[in-house]
Amino acid sequence: MYSEKVMDHFNNPRNVGEIPDADGVGQVGNPACGDIMKIFLKIKDNVIDDIKFKTFGCGAAVATSSMVTEMVKGKTLDEAMGVSNKMVAEALDGLPPQKMHCSNLAADALHAAIEDYRRKHPMAE
Amino acid sequence: MLRWNQRMLTILLRIKKKGGSRRVRRRVAMRNVYFDHAATTPVHPKVAEAMYLYLTEQYGNPSSFHAPGRTVRRAVEEAREKVASAIHARPDEITFTSGGTEAANMAILGAARANRSKGNHIITSAVEHNASLDPCKALEREGFQLTVLPVDRYGMVDVEQVREAITGQTILISVIHAQNEVGTIQPVEAIGALARERGILFHSDAAQSVGRLPVDVTKMGVDLLSFSAHKFNGPKGVGGMYLRKGVRWQRLMYGGHQETRRRAGTENVPGIVGMAVALELALADMEKRTVFLAGLRDRLIQGVLSSIPKSILTGHPTMRLPNLASFCFEYVEGESILLSLDGKKISVSSGSACTSRLLEPSHVLLAMGLAPEIAQSSIRVSLGLGNTEEDVDYFLRELPPIIERLRAMSPLFGCEDDKCLEGEDCFTCTAKK
Repeated sequence: MYSEKVMDHFNNPRNVGEIPDADGVGQVGNPACGDIMKIFLKIKDNVIDDIKFKTFGCGAAVATSSMVTEMVKGKTLDEAMGVSNKMVAEALDGLPPQKMHCSNLAADALHAAIEDYRRKHPMAE
Repeated sequence: MLRWNQRMLTILLRIKKKGGSRRVRRRVAMRNVYFDHAATTPVHPKVAEAMYLYLTEQYGNPSSFHAPGRTVRRAVEEAREKVASAIHARPDEITFTSGGTEAANMAILGAARANRSKGNHIITSAVEHNASLDPCKALEREGFQLTVLPVDRYGMVDVEQVREAITGQTILISVIHAQNEVGTIQPVEAIGALARERGILFHSDAAQSVGRLPVDVTKMGVDLLSFSAHKFNGPKGVGGMYLRKGVRWQRLMYGGHQETRRRAGTENVPGIVGMAVALELALADMEKRTVFLAGLRDRLIQGVLSSIPKSILTGHPTMRLPNLASFCFEYVEGESILLSLDGKKISVSSGSACTSRLLEPSHVLLAMGLAPEIAQSSIRVSLGLGNTEEDVDYFLRELPPIIERLRAMSPLFGCEDDKCLEGEDCFTCTAKK
């Protein structure tokens, strides 16, 4: 059902954890499927210096969370806001159709974290 | 002592092969462990053997007049006698179907529609398999009144609640015998007695009980029963409906006059023969097998609950199927557990939304009062033919690190119950942290 890339990210997820003094935190959930994703950001000079995630969810949920953190670490906030759910799914060589909604949360959680940072630091950019 | 020496020898040889100085890593062998017998079971070799003749030489149509037809007709009728005897029914009370789902549909739709003149109220439970629940809902759309009885935290139906739900319009009660997700065995004999007392028809979905528990339709007091061959080491694509003689009932399938006009369509001869042999085999050693599987099950339950904190066994503690144990592991989602176990070649199933095609969590677990995020974390283990003590050992070894790894990734882990505000759900609470 899942691609090799998805299985790799599921078995060896990148950037799992929390950042206690995070600059931005975003959490989204899909009550229907039961997935909850939380992303923590450390920002330096408008760049994502560190990013961590925690996820309660299925294989697709874990893999998409892991992939999105890998995709945006070291990128600017604007670049990170440009990352879409579709891009995350493509980076994983696709997801089964019934799992696409799980992937929707990954980019949403990232964007929520960036928005949280921007709310707290309106003068930063 | 000898085995220790052999092991040392193997390790020493490996060191020699690798050049001596490197640390030797003991590779733990993976085993294929199939723990999903509630979903389907392996076909018993004797069943496959019996079916082979009817997949090759004996290909006649049982309705045909000629010799090839008559030969298979005899085989079908012999199978019918075996199946009937296994559940203490008469041969003419058994109709062969394409499986448990068709049998449940036939039973419920056929009984309700045929008895509509007597009333239009149906009673069922919140823990039925969809094969029974959905026909009841379809009848509701046809104008029938439907009462879906709640269950207690063990998934058990309360007979008094059945009694209270009965009205002058009630014509059918349908309650599953052994619940397929959590294993709870319902008080069917008491419900049957009540139904008989009130002149109401009683159907029970026996897909998980026929072949696993003693099923006696006279003791159960059922008028209709549905069952499925592939749940007791028979082939897929065949099942049966028991219809007590004298019960008013109407067919679903029109066409030929097969199955005394109860179910049109050329009979699945190999399947029917296979089902009968499977049932015979199941009954032959049922007691011994039950004791053995219950032993494995109990050791598995004990192992899981003692080695994994915040784990729950769902279903009734004692009134449960001998081979089934369903757990919830807080803070972790079911499909991710399934996927991890699958990676270790262990096959189980889950009640989590992500594993169902409809993306809805198990209605059974929700009906038992489990919070949605707990229902999402369920794993069902069901044992059967071919399972061994070593399988249980392997499972108990592989599961705890999987749960630990997934919990370390979970935003819900580290939740202390007393920190949650009254009425607050996990999602809201976690977002605040």
